[in-house]
Amino acid sequence: MTPEALPIRFEDWGWRHAGRSAWAVRHVTLRIDPGERVLLLGASGAGKSTLLSALAGVLGGGDEGEEEGRVLLGWERPTTRRGATALVMQNPSDQIVLSRVGDDVAFGCENLAVPRDEIWPRVRRALDEVGLANYQLRHDTRHLSGGEQQRLVLAGAMAMGAGILLLDEPTANLDPAGVVEVRDAVARLLADRRRSLVVVEHHGNVWAPLVDRVVVVSGEDGVVADGPVDEIVARQGSELADLGVWLPALHGTTVTISRQSCSTHDPAGSMLNPQPLLTATNLSVGHDGVACLSGLDLALPKGRSTVITGPNGAGKTTTALTLAGLLPRLGGSVAMADPWAPPGRPDPTTWKSKELLTRIGTVFQQPEHQFVAASVADEIAVGLRALKRPQAEIDRRVAELLETLHLHPLAQANPFTLSGGEKRRLSVGTVLATDPALIVLDEPTFGQDRRTWRDLVALIASLRDAGTTICSVTHDAAYIEALGDHRIHLGGGQ
Amino acid sequence: MRWLDRVNPVSRLGAAIILSVALLLSLDPVSAGVVVIGELLVALVVGVPFVALLRRLLPIFVAAPLAGVSTLLYSDPGGRIHFSWGLVTISDQSIGYAFAIMLRIVALGLAVVVALWRVDPTDMADGLAQVWRLPARFVLGTLAGIRLIGRLRDDWRSLELARRARGLGDQGRFRRWAGLAFALLVSAVRRGSTLATAMEARGFGAGPRTWARPSTTGRADVVCLLVAFLIAAAGLGIAWLTGAFRWIGSV
Repeated sequence: MTPEALPIRFEDWGWRHAGRSAWAVRHVTLRIDPGERVLLLGASGAGKSTLLSALAGVLGGGDEGEEEGRVLLGWERPTTRRGATALVMQNPSDQIVLSRVGDDVAFGCENLAVPRDEIWPRVRRALDEVGLANYQLRHDTRHLSGGEQQRLVLAGAMAMGAGILLLDEPTANLDPAGVVEVRDAVARLLADRRRSLVVVEHHGNVWAPLVDRVVVVSGEDGVVADGPVDEIVARQGSELADLGVWLPALHGTTVTISRQSCSTHDPAGSMLNPQPLLTATNLSVGHDGVACLSGLDLALPKGRSTVITGPNGAGKTTTALTLAGLLPRLGGSVAMADPWAPPGRPDPTTWKSKELLTRIGTVFQQPEHQFVAASVADEIAVGLRALKRPQAEIDRRVAELLETLHLHPLAQANPFTLSGGEKRRLSVGTVLATDPALIVLDEPTFGQDRRTWRDLVALIASLRDAGTTICSVTHDAAYIEALGDHRIHLGGGQ
Repeated sequence: MRWLDRVNPVSRLGAAIILSVALLLSLDPVSAGVVVIGELLVALVVGVPFVALLRRLLPIFVAAPLAGVSTLLYSDPGGRIHFSWGLVTISDQSIGYAFAIMLRIVALGLAVVVALWRVDPTDMADGLAQVWRLPARFVLGTLAGIRLIGRLRDDWRSLELARRARGLGDQGRFRRWAGLAFALLVSAVRRGSTLATAMEARGFGAGPRTWARPSTTGRADVVCLLVAFLIAAAGLGIAWLTGAFRWIGSV
């Protein structure tokens, strides 16, 4: 099956989601020739995903939104060219349809009514192309790693003969090894220049070496920059950075966060050897009584920021949630130092839910999982109300945090309607409200653009400088650079 | 097990349906008892492991006595009355009905569990679409949905932990569950719509489709359906001959 990369054209195109007054994206005029490789950039909410959905033909009909202008693949609308594009989205496991590797790859071919005899050779070739040929066709898709699942989704589209790869933050949920796997698989698919690529990713670094061209979109302004990577960075770098666009060459991987002098919160000069706030000894962690890690000995130094790293599946999140007193221990002990723990009960896993509030706050990987109230202001107040604090104090604290987190204009908005960056700030804010001694964060920088990333890291750094102990699970090299005062690496596998 | 693997999953579903219908025709202990014996023989012959089978039937062993007790206490009295208190009457007839109901529930549970022992959902979907010709959209949509259930279980766990982290973990169970159920619904909608987009992007629902895996029927399927029919007929026949048969409409 030879792939056929069709030319892509947007002609003054725009899309407005049903029920919204603003256009998600508008006035887009853009041409991408067969074999071209484009990195599509823009701030959160700039309409990047909408453009990819339009190309994949999955935006839906008139009841889903209003369309303006035209999108063409070759001479046709994308909805009539099923199988011409390969769409890979962020969350690997939500995109896999069937439970066996071979069946999942075959799914697209079946939908295109490819004759049965032709399907299986195509499936094998596609699996080979993405580097998954070592798996049996019967292999269970749940047992693939995140990087393998993303490659499986790619294989499904390759078997359909897709000539245009549309990648919508394909590596945002992967560990560093998975990122490389997916990038290399894509590079191999593109090697002979017969396929085109349009990739959206907040961190441009991964894809910069592979692409010919950068296109920046900005909501109703359409395309605001278009050209070779170096040229765009040199000409418009700083303006784009202010929009929240994370440009590869310009910023590298780090953003400098000013560190306050340590002496302000560490007068005894114990900085070299701070007291541990939380200590785990011979700890076993796991779910439903099945241990995934055991024999852990670790300590979180008071007033410092600790990062926990390691490959996907190493048990980082499970460890963090156990330290945070949310998951039961399967062995060993966890103890918070005096005087922070309730008298005589150092083990957080035995505390009542309310006792956690002023001691350990947890920021979950999916901010939505934490939301329980109907407005942003109420969401921040939840913990304070549970502690039965006086109304005046609650109001004061909520107003203070809305200010700090730049969520003031959104005080009455429903938390679920916020953008990714705002949701993340709110989820941190809900924890800050009750001023815990330790804050545990699980992958706090997932899906953040450059601006929201910087705000978040600055916020966490200021908390640390004010004496709060921080513990983060992360894959983010820049975050580790900025906040890895103390580093714990958990080994791979079981 | 190998013999059972040769039978198309839809024929096995068909066998379960035949037995269920037969069990619904009469309310008596004899027919249900014969069917249970037949089902256990089949389980033995095709090699369903006994302990695993019992474990799978655990919910049935809870449900059957519950249904039995309520039938015992509240069904129409008849024959000798043993005990009476308000609406509650225990009579010869209600004892008979209670016993029959319990056996019937066990027989129904066994029919489904044995017939569908280790059926692969994908193979079942192939059979439903290709042999029974159910609409592909419905069959594959359901199949993809089943895969999401595991993800939702993980979500539920995260949501529970998040409630504890937010100081709401000490609330009454009912209030906590109501909140969790709503949050889970939101998460299910989000995952479901991603999956639907992924399926649409791969051409699902665009027009006529082919099937990569053939789903065929043969001699083994005839044997399977015949065995189910024979067990059902034996149950009803013996009940009829012994005079125990009691048409469901007459109760």
